[in-house]
Amino acid sequence: MRGGLPIFPVEADARSVVTDHLFFGLLGLSVAIILLVVSLVVVFSVRYRRGSSAKRGELPEIVSKEFEIGWTVATFFLFLFVFWWVSSSQLSGFKAPANALEIHVVAKQWMWKTQHPSGVREINALHAPTGVPVRLVMTSQDVIHSFYVPAFRMKQDVLPGRYTETWFKANRPGTYPLYCAEYCGTDHSQMLGEVVVMRPADYGRWTAVQPQPNDLAGQGGVLYRSLGCGSCHDAAGPNHNAPSLGGLYGQQVMLSDGRRALVDETFLHQAIVQPDRNAVAGYPATMPSYAKAIDEEGLNALIAYLKSLPAHAGGRS
Amino acid sequence: MSLTTTPGEFPTADPDAKGARPADGAPMQQSFWTDGGQTVWSWLGTVDHKRIAILYAISITAFFFLGGAAAALIRIHLFTPHGLLFSRDTYNKLFTLHGVIMVWFFLVPSIPSTLGNFLLPLMIGARDMAFPKINLLSWYVFVGGALLTVIALLAGGVDTGWTFYPPFSTIYSNSAVTLAAVGVFVVGFSSILTGINFIATIHLLRAPGMKWFRLPLFVWAMYATSMVMILATPVLSTSLLLIIAERLFGMPIFDARIGGDPLLFQHLFWFYSHPAVYIMILPAMGVISEIVTVAARRKVFGYAFMVYAMIAIAVVGFMVWGHHMFVSGMSPYAALVFSFLSFVVAVPSAIKVFNWTATLYRGQITFAAPMMYALGFLGLFTIGGLTGLMLASVPIDVHVTDTYFVVAHFHYIMVGASVSAFFGGLHYWWPKITGRLYPEGWARFAAILMFFGFNFTFFPQFIMGYLGMPRRYAEYPAEFQLYHVMSSTGAMVLAVAYLLPLFYFAYSLRFGEVAPANPWNATGLEWTVPSPPPKHNFDQIPHVENDPYEYHAQGHAPEHGKSIHRGQGDGPVRTPPT
Ligand code: HEC
Ligand SMILES: [Cu+2]
Ligand SMILES: [Cu+2]
Repeated sequence: MRGGLPIFPVEADARSVVTDHLFFGLLGLSVAIILLVVSLVVVFSVRYRRGSSAKRGELPEIVSKEFEIGWTVATFFLFLFVFWWVSSSQLSGFKAPANALEIHVVAKQWMWKTQHPSGVREINALHAPTGVPVRLVMTSQDVIHSFYVPAFRMKQDVLPGRYTETWFKANRPGTYPLYCAEYCGTDHSQMLGEVVVMRPADYGRWTAVQPQPNDLAGQGGVLYRSLGCGSCHDAAGPNHNAPSLGGLYGQQVMLSDGRRALVDETFLHQAIVQPDRNAVAGYPATMPSYAKAIDEEGLNALIAYLKSLPAHAGGRS
Repeated sequence: MSLTTTPGEFPTADPDAKGARPADGAPMQQSFWTDGGQTVWSWLGTVDHKRIAILYAISITAFFFLGGAAAALIRIHLFTPHGLLFSRDTYNKLFTLHGVIMVWFFLVPSIPSTLGNFLLPLMIGARDMAFPKINLLSWYVFVGGALLTVIALLAGGVDTGWTFYPPFSTIYSNSAVTLAAVGVFVVGFSSILTGINFIATIHLLRAPGMKWFRLPLFVWAMYATSMVMILATPVLSTSLLLIIAERLFGMPIFDARIGGDPLLFQHLFWFYSHPAVYIMILPAMGVISEIVTVAARRKVFGYAFMVYAMIAIAVVGFMVWGHHMFVSGMSPYAALVFSFLSFVVAVPSAIKVFNWTATLYRGQITFAAPMMYALGFLGLFTIGGLTGLMLASVPIDVHVTDTYFVVAHFHYIMVGASVSAFFGGLHYWWPKITGRLYPEGWARFAAILMFFGFNFTFFPQFIMGYLGMPRRYAEYPAEFQLYHVMSSTGAMVLAVAYLLPLFYFAYSLRFGEVAPANPWNATGLEWTVPSPPPKHNFDQIPHVENDPYEYHAQGHAPEHGKSIHRGQGDGPVRTPPT
């Protein structure tokens, strides 16, 4: 791809084919409309240039009104149809399939960090297998960035203080550029990386040779203990006066201000760094903020650990 | 091609309309240029809408060339993948300067505050704006605010982009964001004041017989634009105030670490900035309607639809801001709604393109420079609009948003269309404003050069955008170089095309042939007064008895060979001022 005159980006994901179809459909329509307008303008300009001998009779009022209404309605329905066609083709792609491999992405000025469930970490790179849907759960440590892989026609902003998601299912092994697409300061143009797509077997082999102290949840467990979360949250803890965290993920909880909230990644993230934001009903607000004690990657591990805790380990009271 | 002045070659079957006429001699006397006094203070303290228009014209010309110089430097820098001229920080400050200046200090005020200010009272048969002093105030507010921002941009530099996204702008940027934001905040009041003034003027000061549906489309365009200005600008002001509050006082608004939400800013910002696109394009549509009718010597096709289309654009334009945020993490259902509304808002724009085209049908078309610009507008606006439909489609937008594809798209609309229309209007009304004809050959040459230079610059950006070249990159991967080189080369051509009018307009001011009152033989009240108009516009307030664009009474253009005289079906049938 380097050098020369590339005219079309590689398609390395099933959805990129869909996007390209839509694009070419709209491109064809656009070219047709432009040709129509340009040829009308040219024909009229030549035929009705000043002093030409073309006939110029009256233009009945009715005709102009009917024309007007006609093409307004036609344009409206054409656009409606295009909207329907474009939108229906992507409805299925909103949510990642349930069996997707979950990879965490942390963006910071000016690098990408990725964490695999196996515990493998990478910087400015993401290895992924072909044929397996990969769900990216992303957050930023500072400003807004955007995770952009042109080969997948995929882009998603990465925000501080919350998790955003996107997914892909690569179908062609290769190395594809990863760009930051949201302006983020001095080295925005250097916030580059690559997505390395491998056959599943190769991906397995690659994973096996990476130095892995522990899987992601395991790393989270280490943090859980070193930060002393258990002293309040574990039934056996010395200060036990806090809700049990087992099986919490995916549940609805009552908050002290009467709201109900779904426990997702963003909720857990906020519970740890801004505990007073969504304080849980029925407990004293003694939970300290861990914003300074733990970084985004640590949070990813800790949250992975919390998500791995079975419901019966302590049980919800 | 020599720098000689030839009379305008629009329509004009009327031989008298060409060239100088003794009755119009010495136009620089007894006109608004001289009548209010010749001192500096007579200009800086003027409440004459025409003089204020000139003040605006001078200021925005300065901003246009300042922003343009930044653009030229950016394009030179991007000739090579590692950048030719600047550090990354300097590059980031340059594109911010370019965007801020071009959007707020040039494009938003461009047509309304110059042509609009000058022509609105003339077109509706009034002697001035409803609030002449507020008109002057809005110029001072504009210049004051703009200077603050320009100081910030030039002295310290601002590196946030014109979009000021937090938390970068509020917490992470070490540049002069606060001062720049204060300046833009202040300039917003100028927009609001201008909008209020235009609306009041159109409501209150129309000449007798000037019914709503007899207003020239340019006046309707000013009306729709003013509505958008007064409704949208306060939201921009609010969001800038919030930026300042968070930056200076650490108020928890956009900072997620303390409970704020960075997306809130994007919603507020685009709630203004999408309608702002229409603040920039509606006036252009008004100008094009005037030019196309006079060049074709026809009534505009579907006058009422043209009016409704502009109102529809102004209203629906308020409901589509979310299309700037499809990848920001918004719910996919919200994205669908915004996508749908964005398709809807494209309908009236398409209708306008069809109507301009249909206006040419059975016309007596001539191709003076204003018409060249208008035809260029038509092509570029259509391309800009159609790529807008692609961006309204969520899956395509996900791929190309924040790439050069978007950069190309909005330059087609805001530069290709709006700036072309501005130049077209400037040429069209130049004789009226200055009392001199511009050199036609040079003007056509500049129009053609601008069209090709523009496409040369921005068309490659569509391709490189679809290839994945992100915007706001100080350096870029080598594979995109060929496209960048094309684009930068085109930009050099474009720069020359934009500089040309500066010279031949200046030339025409001194040496141009003296313009008659109605060099184009156009309808419209502004052409019934001398060129340049006297200080009080009309000796007697005219009485309007006709619909606009009555170029021929029966609605058909005259056959070839018939000679047409004014008052006999061709030309304005209005009570002439005496
Ligand atoms: C000083 C005791 C204390 C410590 C230490 C503590 N917490 Fe908490 N935590 C609480 C209390 C009390 C609540 C309930 C009130 C609230 O939400 O603020 C709570 C709530 C939570 C919740 C929300 C639970 C729900 O049911 O919605 C999560 C998640 C959580 N803590 C995680 C942690 C993690 C992870 C750590 C270690 C990094 C930790 N906590 C350390 C006291 C503690
Ligand atoms: Cu970035
Ligand atoms: Cu928009």
